[in-house]
Amino acid sequence: MSFNHEHEIHKRRFGRNLGVALVLLGFIGVIFGLTFVKVTRGDFELPKIEAQN
Amino acid sequence: MSDASISTNQTIRPGEAGFGDYFALLKPRVMQLVVFTAAVGLLAAPVPVHPMIAFSSILFIAVGAGASGALNMWWDADIDAIMRRTSKRPIPAGKVESGEALAVGLGLSGLAVMMLGLAANLLAAALLAFTIFFYVVVYSMWLKRSTPQNIVIGGAAGAFPPVIGWVCATGTMSFEPWLMFALIFMWTPPHFWALALFMRSDYDDAGVPMLTVTHGRRATRVHILVYTVILAVLAVATGFMAIGGPLYLAVAIALNILFLRGAIQIWQRDEDMSEADNFAIERKFFRLSLWYLFAHFGAILAEAALRPWGLGGWS
Repeated sequence: MSFNHEHEIHKRRFGRNLGVALVLLGFIGVIFGLTFVKVTRGDFELPKIEAQN
Repeated sequence: MSDASISTNQTIRPGEAGFGDYFALLKPRVMQLVVFTAAVGLLAAPVPVHPMIAFSSILFIAVGAGASGALNMWWDADIDAIMRRTSKRPIPAGKVESGEALAVGLGLSGLAVMMLGLAANLLAAALLAFTIFFYVVVYSMWLKRSTPQNIVIGGAAGAFPPVIGWVCATGTMSFEPWLMFALIFMWTPPHFWALALFMRSDYDDAGVPMLTVTHGRRATRVHILVYTVILAVLAVATGFMAIGGPLYLAVAIALNILFLRGAIQIWQRDEDMSEADNFAIERKFFRLSLWYLFAHFGAILAEAALRPWGLGGWS
C-alpha cells in the first residue's frame, strides 16, 4: 500500500471540517439576516448617549 | 508504522469522529418533532412574526433540543450500551467520547438559549433553558432510573416546544399553547408504554424502571387505556378552543376513535395473544401514535393558515 494513499481517517477529518465550516457559514448567515431584520424593522434602539450624538 | 497497519475498524480516537457522528448526538429524529411542534406553536399564535425571526427562533429551539439530546446521551451512555435500540448511538458505538458529548451539549445549550433570547425574547429563552434543564436533570438524571412515572413527568420536556414557539411570537403566556402542551404531555405515556410492551427486554436489561418492569404488563395495558381516554377527551375538547376549529375537530374525532380502538385492543389482549402475533397490535398502536400527533398539530396549523381568509376556527 502506498504511503500517499488517502486513509479513511483523512476523509473523515475532511468531512468533519467541511461540516463545521458549513455550520459556521450558516450561523453567520443567520446572524446577518437577524441583524438586518431587527435593524430595518426598528426593533434596534441605539443607546441614549449615541442617539444624542 | 505504515498506513497498511492501521485498522479502519479500531475504536475511533477522541476528536476523530465524523461530522455525522456529532450530529447524531443531537437526536435528529426527536429534533424533527420539536421543529414541527414549535413551528405550529409559533404560527398558530395570533401575532404575525417576520419569516427570518420565525426561522431563527425555530432553529435555536431545535438546537436547544439537540443539545439536551447530547447531554442525555452523555448521562445515559452506560444504559444505552445495554439496550438494543440505543446501542448504536455514537457513545456506546465508540465513535464519540462521552466528554465530547458533554462539551457539545453544554456549548450548544448556552448558544441556543442566548441566540433565542436575541432572536425572539427573554421569556422564550428562559423557557428553552428550563426545558433543557428539565429534560437533562429532572428526567435523565433523576426520574428515568428512579420511578416508573419517568415517562409521565419526563414527557413534559417534549411538550414545551409549542409553548416556546408561541411565546416567541407573542412574548407572553396565554392559555392556548398549554393546550398543545397538554396534548403532547398526555400522548407521551401511551406512546412509550406501547414501545415498552414490545421492547421489554431492553428496559429490563438496562434496569430502567419502566411501568412494564415495576408494575407488570397487565398494569401497563390498563395505564395505556386510561391515558388514551383522557387524551381523547382533551384532544376533542381542544377543537372547541381558540386554536381549534371544524377541520381540527374532524381530524381529532377520527383519530381518537382509531386511537381508542387500539388502546382497547391492547387492554383486551394478554401476553400469549401478543406474543402469538409478535405484538402486532402494540406495534400498530405505536405507529399510529406518531401519525396521531402529526395530524393533530397539522390540523392546528391548517386552522391557523386558513384564518386570514376567514375560514379557520369557529368565527
